[in-house]
Amino acid sequence: MSSTIIQVENVSMMFNKSKEHIDNLKEYFIKLVKHQLYFEEFWALKNISFNVDKGEAIGIIGLNGSGKSTLLKIIAQVMKPTIGKVNVYGSIAPLIELGAGFDMNLSARENIFLNGTVLGYSRKQMKSYFENILDFSELWDFVDVPIKNFSSGMIARLGFAIATVSMPDILIVDEILSVGDYKFQEKCNKRMQQIIENGATIILVSHSIEQIRELCKRAIWLEKGCMVMDGLADVVCDKYMNS
Amino acid sequence: MKKISVMFSGFFKYKDLLMELVSRDIKIRYRRSVLGLFWTLLNPILMMTVMTLVFSGLFRFDIENFPIYFFTGHILFTFLTESTTNGMHSIVESSNLINKVYIPKYLFPLSKVLSSGVNLIFSFVAMIFVMIATGVKFYSTMLLTPLIIFYLLLLAAGLSLILASCQVFFRDTAQLYSVFTLLWMYLTPIFYPVSLLGDKLKIALTLNPMVHYITYFRNIVLDNKVPSLQQNITCLVMGLMFFCFGLCVFYRKQDKFILHI
Repeated sequence: MSSTIIQVENVSMMFNKSKEHIDNLKEYFIKLVKHQLYFEEFWALKNISFNVDKGEAIGIIGLNGSGKSTLLKIIAQVMKPTIGKVNVYGSIAPLIELGAGFDMNLSARENIFLNGTVLGYSRKQMKSYFENILDFSELWDFVDVPIKNFSSGMIARLGFAIATVSMPDILIVDEILSVGDYKFQEKCNKRMQQIIENGATIILVSHSIEQIRELCKRAIWLEKGCMVMDGLADVVCDKYMNS
Repeated sequence: MKKISVMFSGFFKYKDLLMELVSRDIKIRYRRSVLGLFWTLLNPILMMTVMTLVFSGLFRFDIENFPIYFFTGHILFTFLTESTTNGMHSIVESSNLINKVYIPKYLFPLSKVLSSGVNLIFSFVAMIFVMIATGVKFYSTMLLTPLIIFYLLLLAAGLSLILASCQVFFRDTAQLYSVFTLLWMYLTPIFYPVSLLGDKLKIALTLNPMVHYITYFRNIVLDNKVPSLQQNITCLVMGLMFFCFGLCVFYRKQDKFILHI
């Protein structure tokens, strides 16, 4: 049984690369009068198309600046592509940056509800997940401490626990498993495996080829915004390492 | 039609987030301040005391119940400037969230307007204390207050959406707007009688939405007068106009926000 869960169709993304970013009216008018309002195109992604089936685990590899994160943002619907279309059929748990929605002044308890609702869960759902999150992140002792006093590892733990507490249909992971100590990493890997076994789709961006080989069956190799290769993870990884 | 239903289902899904954002604003505001919530009550009362001393002592406008006259105008106008200013910054402030997760972006300005709305309710309570203290009579027309707050929320939400969109593209919107609110405040009869604007500035009287809102509020609090249908329509239409225009501007521009924050 394989049905498409993510469709990426001819996606291209353009940014303005002009030297100085004009962000105020005063400069805008000066430049307008002097006819210096130019626009330099920069295509971060060019004509990317692929489909992801339900239950697949896909790794995206490429050098820095090859457009990996842009692609993830487009799939997570944070950005709209300049050209092309992305269809997603299912709930997405973005792990693009752990704890992006945290407010440093609030306690762990309050942040669980804030971040949970940011991810689209209702308050009621979060109440039922609450204990699970604290168990997983092992933060019971700090539940009412403002998280600005947390270590970065603790914040990462909390963020990961919240994002993965419900079994999402699609999990988007961007280089986050490099945070935390080895024990926590192990725990994360275990939970990821669990989510995969549950039939979730995973999109993983990593510079660690090992991790891609371990978790993914299929890999996509991006270079300068173009898709170089799309195929079995081992094959693509070998080619990538040899280039 | 489909777009609108998508909008509503999105709103429904994220209504808890809206509540969380509002409660966050309120918690952060009152946490770790000794007087806590009491400040919201105290602040307008102190303002009123100063204004009463200055204006009843120095300028001698002939206004009955000056403390309450001032209070009614002051709390509405403070709500407007506070909510729109916070709303204006809300998108840029939340950039790290908007960059990472998909959330309907209008929630940010909207949450700022609602949390200022909570402050408005506290100021309203402060006003009731002052009314008791100064022995002003209570009228049953005051029960119409939620109506005027609703009209004002529409106006504030619309304006916040417009300003938030501008602020993303031009960061000096904030500077311009602070000057503009100053002008706006002086063109609104908050501490002077409406008659002072007189003939010369009649346009300011008819076009300034705050004049209508504050007059409405004073009618129900001080004059024991049920506002006419025309007054209601004027306030409602002005609020709706801002709200719809704000939504349009916001919706047309929101996909580009991410490239500028």
